[in-house]
Parts: sequence; structure tokens; C-alpha cells
Amino acid sequence: MSTFQGYRRANGSVGVRNHVLVLPSVMCANNVVDRIGRSVPEVVIVNHPTGCSQVGADFEQTKRTMAGFAANPNVAAVLVVGLGCETNESKALASEIEARGQRVAVIGIQDCGGSTETIARGVTIARELVREAAAHQRETCDISELIVGTECGGSDGFSGITANPALGYAADRLVAEGGTVILAELPELVGAEHLLAARASEPVAAKLYELVERVEARARAMHVDMRYGNPTQGNIAGGLTTIEEKSLGAAYKGGSTALREVIEYAERPSERGLVVMDTPGQDIEQLTGMIAGGAQVVVFTTGRGTPTGSPIAPVIKVATNTTMFERMRENMDVNAGAILDGSQSLEQVGDEIFSWIVDAANGRLPAAETLGFGDFAINRIGPSF
Amino acid sequence: MPLSNDGAALRLKDDDDVAVVLRALEPGNAVRFGETVVVAAAAIPSGHKIALRAIDAGALIRKYGQVIGRASMPIASGEHVHVHNVEGTRGRGDLAEATP
Repeated sequence: MSTFQGYRRANGSVGVRNHVLVLPSVMCANNVVDRIGRSVPEVVIVNHPTGCSQVGADFEQTKRTMAGFAANPNVAAVLVVGLGCETNESKALASEIEARGQRVAVIGIQDCGGSTETIARGVTIARELVREAAAHQRETCDISELIVGTECGGSDGFSGITANPALGYAADRLVAEGGTVILAELPELVGAEHLLAARASEPVAAKLYELVERVEARARAMHVDMRYGNPTQGNIAGGLTTIEEKSLGAAYKGGSTALREVIEYAERPSERGLVVMDTPGQDIEQLTGMIAGGAQVVVFTTGRGTPTGSPIAPVIKVATNTTMFERMRENMDVNAGAILDGSQSLEQVGDEIFSWIVDAANGRLPAAETLGFGDFAINRIGPSF
Repeated sequence: MPLSNDGAALRLKDDDDVAVVLRALEPGNAVRFGETVVVAAAAIPSGHKIALRAIDAGALIRKYGQVIGRASMPIASGEHVHVHNVEGTRGRGDLAEATP
């Protein structure tokens, strides 16, 4: 069995990074969070346009995403910064993060008497959390502790031939060793859902069909052909013609093992093995949802090329073709185009991706992390009021 | 996955209607899968698809052995198969009946 050196958290989960996160509970705290981050460069911060005037399932999903993201085991501790009058009340958010077993502190701008004092207090707390986190040591952990998110963005006609099947090969290896793999992007399973359903129990297959029908229902409600937005103009330029074609290529990312579970956006898997998460195909919302669901490492295949990274998790980039790999070398980690060039087999590239997952878990920085890119976006499912 | 004889195109499943072009084709370039020869009717970029046989308007089109769409017009053998002559069969909210 493979092992890696990870950070065992108080709640038993295992991180591959040891970040201190400063998180605004509402967009009104973004500037204060940004200033705290500038003063304490050891922390990571996120900004977002959510957290107020949200209701129902939309609000619940936003809060669940923030709590899950903050409680990801790659995060050692969290400082939540609120305003004071927001829907997503900062102390309640902090309680939910704490209930997941995470170390959390919380301050509010109205309580502190303005932004300057909040920044000052935030800097003091953030420095203390960084000091605490620095005491954490890596220890030997089993590979089965890993949840790996899979993603494809900027797909092209090679995605379903090179990078996605190679990632599927690596996914099968991880599942064989007891790990968990998240396949997501529900709109990009439309037309391929029957292949996954055939590998699932009846209730899991029924849930998958239900989620795919939600996507179709959204297209019907809007009276649109999905093709006007997905496949995108870049996908089409890259040779993908319909959503079915894109989906059939995308589904290879999950490998060939049984589908164990279908979960909602930002929900934590309760099963090991292959799971499907309901996320949009939009790259950043998908990435955030999988990490909020507990993914410590993400593997991201791309044909057109993309620089996307996460503030708290390594995102390993796999190019589908050698031309793009060479043109965007600084943003890429693995070249699955080698399969078409004949210089490597699909299995060899799959093994390389698996090794990258283990190395990244041990601390190796993929391109997006080396460049310091930290994308974050929460999928909204209702309007602002 | 059978490559064409010169490696310029890839047919993912034996019965597929299309092959993926691996090296851009010019009109007149021949692609050969064993006994089957297809002549490119247009310039087809790398990563795009070439028709391996004539496809009737309205017929389903297969790649990976699976349905990827429907011909929106007759497609001749050797033609570039893409958005100009193929429509999706899924995610077609535009075909939904107008709500009263």
C-alpha cells in the first residue's frame, strides 16, 4: 500500500497542506480580509461575492461550502471575519466550522468599531494561528485517507483520448488502494450517465439520473440549447461538437470502478471509492465544491490550457496535447499528449499522474501552487434578495 | 483503438461513424483504415472529426461507440463533422414546448 506524509488533524482527517485561512463570512468583509492577508503573508485568504441577502437552499449551500472549505484538512486553522449584520452570521458560521472539528477564531467589523481596528486584531490573531500551525508535523498516513477531485476545463477533441483516460487509470489505482475519487461537472455527464449508472447500485443510479434530469430541466426552463454555453466556444474550436461528445470524454476521468455514491455540491462523501458530486461545469465553482467536500488534492485535465489553482489544495494540471503543453509549459505538470506522440503509453501517463498525486500529498508543489494562484467561487442556486 | 495506416486519424470503436483527426488534413488527403479509404472533403483541424461513411440527415452519429449527436443535414464520407452539420440530442431546452 502507498503512504504519504500528511498532517493528522484533531478530528482524524488528514491534510496535505498546513494553511491558515482568513475567510470573510460576507463580501462586505473582503477588503479587511485582504489587508490582513497583506500584513501576514503566511496566511491564505479568499474573497467572494456571497453571504448576504440569500435564502433557503441557496443560503444553505453557500454556508455549507464555506464551512466545508474552512474545515478541509489542508487548513490548520481559520479566522472568520464578519461584518455584523449579514445573513451568513459570522459566529454561526464559525460554530459550524468548529463542529466539523476545526480550530477557528472569529471577529466582526461592527463589533471591533471599524475596519482599522478589525485589521489590527485580525493580524494579531492570524499571527497566533500561524504560530500554532507551525507546530504541526507531518506523519505517515495511508493513501486511503486521500480524496482526490477530478476536473477538466478547456477540453478539446483529445481530452477523451489522452488526459481523461490516463486520469481514469490513476483514479482506478487510488480506488484499488482504498482512496476516494470525486467525479463532478453534472452538465458534462449528460449523455454519458448510462455508462456510470451501469456501474452503480439501483438507488445510486436513480440519484444520478435525477441530477442529470435537473440539468436538462434547467435547459428546458430557459428554452436554450446547452451548446450555446457548454461545450464552450473554445471546446468547439478544439473539436468538440455536442455536450454528449464532451460528456463521454469527461466521464473517463472517473476510471472504471463501481460508482459508490452521488452527493450534493460541497457535501462530504460518506463512501470510499468513486463518487459523483453535483457541481456545474464552471471550473472555479466546481473546484471549490470538491475541496469543500474534503478533497485534499485535485487533478485537472485541460486541452486549451488554464492557470487555475486553489488557495488551499494542490491542483495538478494534465495537458491533453503536446502543442498546448509546450505553449503553456509554466502552467502544466503532466503531458498526456505523449500518448498521441507515441512516446508514452496511456498506462505510463496514468502512473505518472498517480505519482504526482502522492508527491503533491507529500508537499511537492504543482505549477498552480508555485505560481501562487488561488481561485475560489461558490455555486449559487438562487437569486440575491 | 485503431489508428489509420499513416497515424493521421484515430477511430475509437470499430463501428464509429467518425474518426478523430490527429494531424490536420487538407482537402484530398486520404485516410486509410485497412481496406477502408476516406478522402478528406475539406480542411479538418487536428482534434476534429472526419466522417468515415455517408450519414443521412437525422441519423444518429457514434463516437466511442456511443451517440454524440444527430446529423442536421446529409454528411458525405470524408466531410468535416462538426457544429455545422451535427446537432446535440441532449440539453436541448430550445426544443421544449413554450410554457403558457
